[in-house]
Amino acid sequence: MSQTVIRVENLSKQYVLGALRHDTLRDQLAAGMRRLAGRGTASPDQNRIWALQDVSFAVDQGEIIGVIGRNGSGKSTLLKILARITRPTRGRATIRGQVGSLLEVGTGFHAELTGRENIYLNGAILGMSRQETQRKFDEIVAFAEVEKFIDTPVKRYSSGMYLRLAFAVAAHLESEILLVDEVLAVGDAAFQKKCLGKMGSIVDEGRTILFVSHNMTAIQGLCSRAIWLDLGQMLEDGPTQQVVSNYLRSNASGTHAEQTWDDFASAPGSDEVRLHRVAARPRDGQPQDAITVLDPVVLEFEYWNQQPGLHLNLSLFVHNEQGIMVFNTAPLHEPVWHGRPFPVGLFRSVCHIPGSLLNDGTYRVTLLVVKDQAIVLSRHADILTFEVQDSSAARGAWHGQWPGVVRPLLEWETELRATLSGAPVERDSSTTARS
Amino acid sequence: MSVKVTQPRAGEPPLTVVEPAHRLLDLDLRALWQYRELLYFLIWRDVKVRYKQTAIGFTWVIIQPLVTMVIFTVIFGNFANIPSDGLPYPIFSFTALLPWSYFAQALGQSGRSLVGNAGLISKVYFPRLVIPLVAVSSPLVDFAVSFLVLLGMMVWFSVTPTWGVLLLPVFLLLAALTAFAVGLWLSALNVRYRDVSQLMPFLVQVWMYASPVIYPVSTIPEKWRLLYSLNPMVGVIEGFRWALLGKSSPDFTVMAVGSAIVLLLLAGGLVYFKRVESSFADVI
Repeated sequence: MSQTVIRVENLSKQYVLGALRHDTLRDQLAAGMRRLAGRGTASPDQNRIWALQDVSFAVDQGEIIGVIGRNGSGKSTLLKILARITRPTRGRATIRGQVGSLLEVGTGFHAELTGRENIYLNGAILGMSRQETQRKFDEIVAFAEVEKFIDTPVKRYSSGMYLRLAFAVAAHLESEILLVDEVLAVGDAAFQKKCLGKMGSIVDEGRTILFVSHNMTAIQGLCSRAIWLDLGQMLEDGPTQQVVSNYLRSNASGTHAEQTWDDFASAPGSDEVRLHRVAARPRDGQPQDAITVLDPVVLEFEYWNQQPGLHLNLSLFVHNEQGIMVFNTAPLHEPVWHGRPFPVGLFRSVCHIPGSLLNDGTYRVTLLVVKDQAIVLSRHADILTFEVQDSSAARGAWHGQWPGVVRPLLEWETELRATLSGAPVERDSSTTARS
Repeated sequence: MSVKVTQPRAGEPPLTVVEPAHRLLDLDLRALWQYRELLYFLIWRDVKVRYKQTAIGFTWVIIQPLVTMVIFTVIFGNFANIPSDGLPYPIFSFTALLPWSYFAQALGQSGRSLVGNAGLISKVYFPRLVIPLVAVSSPLVDFAVSFLVLLGMMVWFSVTPTWGVLLLPVFLLLAALTAFAVGLWLSALNVRYRDVSQLMPFLVQVWMYASPVIYPVSTIPEKWRLLYSLNPMVGVIEGFRWALLGKSSPDFTVMAVGSAIVLLLLAGGLVYFKRVESSFADVI
């Protein structure tokens, strides 16, 4: 039963960046002329990157394997090679069985065609025969919940309907091996739940799935084994929990969650104030510990004041990875030192960000040291970076990107205010509860 | 080709080995055959989509060659007085416009085909030859419609076709192969060098003047005929005129030379296409 269906041996893929840049014939000719003239040859190593380097692993039939790693780690390249879209530079992959790939939802969909037409077209693109599509047609339509609009051009579909239909076609592929890339990044909660359920049942049928995602919750929920790629190399291959937690820890330490300057003279700052240490940590942990969306976060700043009698305060600008400023804060209500002259000495200011406030993602903190609440003595852009990680405990059935700049855990109240006489109480109460 | 698929014996799954390329040429016709339904669906998509949300839909297929014919008749037939081997100029030019429009459309579409389907190529596997094949096949539908118009014109001008009409599919095939052969080169080059997209309209225009669309072959001096016949479309258009109008008897050496050129272009095009096809997804 547990037969090896995918065997990957020293798989490597090199991209030549120069070839991508020499887009026009003239550039290429000019480069050729330079080469002929014996000068200006493109430095070969600089323009080459290994998107994948000596990756080896084997997958047994019926396994569902999560492939994780940061952007540009080679996850998609690996799937593209296995899907035969691009070929490896070195090494080989042996695949036993029909491969279906779902690298993008809705590839080949045509906006002008109806849902029905697109099902057949997309089926053919994904390698299904017409009879196969015909046989699965009702199931696909039911899964996508587009019965009423099946003869409407898909350009009139809502984006949710479009995605459901596109996923539905791919999900009904009968291939023994399925390669799935980041399809859960789209769609609403119900859709994702459905997709995950479908993937689970595909595995129950004894088929094999290779699943690329940034969504650790989905990976942990679906996969028993995970492969971690970084800069084209395989860092770890093992049980999902272990690989995922190592991966998350590495992400947390990869950022500047803590910086210390012991030498006063070279420390950043101005003549008046120099920094000694900055750190971001979960309230109950150390700067290298992972911060989850549930944890209160502590930002610590230690600095020397050189000039007696300064009225100092700090100002923090916190940006998320989209570059949106999430908030600006200053210790204007700090009870002890605010408004008092600072003597010479080493100070420590701590900012507490409550738990269940920030969304998951990477945050960059810019620090301003301000005199008299008006004059900026020094500005330290991105002096701290910290990562807030998602937590499965914070989620319900929803596995996708949680939208919003912040993700506060807010208090909710629902009460039944009145019942309409004669109307059934059950329906009334549910209506009220939903609103 | 980089990929070898061993066909399974009954009940066994196929075994695919993906590795760097080492063979010079493997057309992998079996893979092409396996994906014949995709070919069919993509042709169907092209035809279906082309005139969606237009008020007069398929009528456009008829209007375009008809208007061109009228313009040619007025300008070349009347003002410029270009000879037409004693045939009425409208039907003389329309019999040439029929294969020519098909060829121009097929060439243009196949040249742009790979880049136009970049989304598919970078996300799904299928034999890449399907794409230019679709591009030269879908204009055949337009050809069929214009052909009906020609039949109407032949009745109007009371022209009776010769038995040569049975050879018409052969001439059409030659036009399709020419478009396919050149399209293979252009589409694959276009993936890398977008200059090709700029070149194409110009190429089609020049090619038309190098083909006997608006003038008869008889106007070409004898000593230039051999050079002239290197253009495969000369044989195609001459063939159409001969088969449908039966006026001038065709020069079969012209057709032989043209066919030989097409076969050479086709063989070279296939080798080149297969050589670079595995890098399409990386470069496109």
